[in-house]
Amino acid sequence: MTKQFPPGTYFMQGNQACAEAAIAAGCRFFAGYPITPATEIAEHLANRLPQTHGIAIQMEDELAALSAVIGASWAGAKAMTATSGPGFSLMQENIGYAFMTETPCVIADIQRAGPSTGQATKCAQGDVMQSRWGTHGDYTPIVLSPNSVQEMYSLTIRAFNLAETYRTPVIFLADEIVAHMRERIIIPPSHEIRIVNRKKPRKTDKTFFNTGKTPPMPSVGDGFNVPVTGSTHNKHGHRYTADSVVHRQLVEGLASKINKNANQITNHEDYNTENCEIIIVSYGCTSRAVYETIELAKKKGINAGSIRLKTLWPFPEKAIQTAAKNVKMILVPEMNLRQIFYEVERVVHGATPVLPMNKIGGGEMITPEELLAEIIRGVSNID
Amino acid sequence: MTPKRVDVRVSGLGGQGAVLVGEILGRAAVYDEKYVVQTQSYGAEARGSAARSEVIISDKEIGFPKVRKCDILVAMSQDALNKHLDDLKENGILLVDKNKVRDVPKVKAKVFSIPATEIAETASKSRIYVNTIMLGALTKITGVVSEEAAKEAIVDTVPKETIETNLESFGRGFEFVGSGD
Amino acid sequence: MTEFSIREYLRSMRLPFCTGCGNMTVISCFLKAVHELGYEDLRKFVFCSGIGCAAWIPSPHFKADSIHTTHGRSIPTATGVKLVRPTLNVVVFGGDGDLVGIGLSHLIHATRRNLDITVIMVNNMIYGMTGGQMAPTTPFKAKTTTTPYGNLERPFDATQLIVAAGACYAARWTTFHIDQLRGAMKRALTTKGFAFIEAISQCPTAFGRRVGLKTPKEMLRWFKEESVPVQKARKMTDGDLVGKIVIGDFVCRERPPFTKTVYETIKEAANDTQAS
Repeated sequence: MTKQFPPGTYFMQGNQACAEAAIAAGCRFFAGYPITPATEIAEHLANRLPQTHGIAIQMEDELAALSAVIGASWAGAKAMTATSGPGFSLMQENIGYAFMTETPCVIADIQRAGPSTGQATKCAQGDVMQSRWGTHGDYTPIVLSPNSVQEMYSLTIRAFNLAETYRTPVIFLADEIVAHMRERIIIPPSHEIRIVNRKKPRKTDKTFFNTGKTPPMPSVGDGFNVPVTGSTHNKHGHRYTADSVVHRQLVEGLASKINKNANQITNHEDYNTENCEIIIVSYGCTSRAVYETIELAKKKGINAGSIRLKTLWPFPEKAIQTAAKNVKMILVPEMNLRQIFYEVERVVHGATPVLPMNKIGGGEMITPEELLAEIIRGVSNID
Repeated sequence: MTPKRVDVRVSGLGGQGAVLVGEILGRAAVYDEKYVVQTQSYGAEARGSAARSEVIISDKEIGFPKVRKCDILVAMSQDALNKHLDDLKENGILLVDKNKVRDVPKVKAKVFSIPATEIAETASKSRIYVNTIMLGALTKITGVVSEEAAKEAIVDTVPKETIETNLESFGRGFEFVGSGD
Repeated sequence: MTEFSIREYLRSMRLPFCTGCGNMTVISCFLKAVHELGYEDLRKFVFCSGIGCAAWIPSPHFKADSIHTTHGRSIPTATGVKLVRPTLNVVVFGGDGDLVGIGLSHLIHATRRNLDITVIMVNNMIYGMTGGQMAPTTPFKAKTTTTPYGNLERPFDATQLIVAAGACYAARWTTFHIDQLRGAMKRALTTKGFAFIEAISQCPTAFGRRVGLKTPKEMLRWFKEESVPVQKARKMTDGDLVGKIVIGDFVCRERPPFTKTVYETIKEAANDTQAS
């Protein structure tokens, strides 16, 4: 028996919505380490998980936090951790491990201003490339980007579902503003929430890794005698640390498990894109300025539209390539010094000009007025 | 009919409860079936640095969550007033804690001075209730949220053992401006 | 009960250790201990190990579930396993570099929590797998590949550290003392709470030959001759103990195990919620 959060309309903080969503998604294990601006997730789950027969533990550091999550996942629990930039850096070693061992888990990174301790209480979007390439070696992560309290809820559930669907770590890349913001949120009744549960092996199954699809995942203690290792291994989990073919097959196989399903994973929101002359590509808190900007632009006689990325990785290449064919310009506002910008430029490949717009420090958002000014400047340069 | 939208900024020092006022106000707006976004800004220190909370209440969905020009400004310290007054709209409403804000420049906005610290210390027996006293005054003056919703939001937001005193303090602020200051 | 056969517990008899490596002794002591406790297989065990030669003891050689983690993170991984599956016997194998070098903080905190797992630290006083670099346990003045002028640092007394951190059971033996080591493993596996064993072990390849002990036999003789029982050591001066290996049970006590506390709390929290 678990205590379901009663459905209804609430006024809730983003981090709390994330924590409640984790419980709704079936999360039964949280391990974390206090860090601004992610701490409320740990606090909320410390209170709520025991009520649902789940476990929340504060570990000695972020290295330990993600290790415990990985252990819990192999013991059969849906598990997550939450952190911010400095802790996210420490977690990179085990993000690689989780990827290599096909361990489903959710890592929430609530971005703040870095590098290093930076500005602990201030918002930024500087971890985008770290979420893509933070650990060593070649891999393909799934990274989600919420822009509202409602999405702190719905995308957390999706993060768990994707983690279990593809047996992979999923990074929930939020930011201080969305995480600390309070908004009206609708919690749906549990029967309306789609939950994906882990594929368990049959008694006779012997292959638990790199099967080309998502392999069944045994839990330790269930009698499968499964060896789990972050070293290169074959389909049974046995180490092959010198064989070139096994390594190639494993690393390419793990990447292709995600890449070949990119169409199912990537997700974006189109807004006013029909017949628009300018597209704004944005994500996270920065996207919140876009709707008002489009209204302001309309008053100036400029028809602007928006593509908002709800998944950053795999990168929604097709959506942007398609849009690029029909517009005069693409503007990429970010609270960093150009990260997604280069990715947009790469996929647009000269089809239309791509302009960056960047602002960092003090948690100051890019305002609709600033975005409008950039659009006007961009348009005048093109015309 | 153009949708109604009100931008509120509550400012003070860390520990004065500016963020809590924003949270109660936002929750009340949800109870009034409005769209609402509340954000905050504070320093890394737990106490004493500048703190502010912003609430946007609207009949339609809200995009940009931060307040740029506010319709209502609540200032609970002189520094907070000096810092934020420029962002108050010309025809806006300004509420200050009279005991903390000595110097209010001449402005076109309507100004309400509430001796919130004094009321808190004498009637509510603790300075910590300054914020709900200001909230009571704000609710009465602006009607941005209903009195019932504000009270319900207080009950659902503050620690159990302080609900009664917070409700009383809210009433004191509400009554004070009602008596025609 | 069936007669002990090491094959029953191993995936294969091909193990990757150097000739004369102390890991073979540790494996044999551990599996015998398990057998003597009545376990015919390792189904009720989960093994976690990090990086280094000792981490290869269970993974993947034991016929069991094993999680071979990143360097130093075996104990926090074991924490997640044990909390979710408290009825399993969770055992961590690791070397001195893994457990009191890179993973030291996790070892201390698991002890402090009284996490009910068994940690077996095979202390060969060197980073063996990488070819013989100085470890936090390397004796003072010993020459290694990274201390060509002799080790300038003092080694850790890991067992004392674990006693101070609050373990229910802590013991140190050497690979010379096989009966005592096996006995200690049995006590550790039946301890309700955190149990720690430090097995001083020989690495003839990366340590022995550099410090003038040319064969595994010479290293075992060193363990035999320099060992002092802990009761006797308590009456000796620091000066008398220089270069000695203190052996025996350091502590054996009862304290509430972590999973018990956690699950009692969950029960209360869940019941309170249902009642309200």
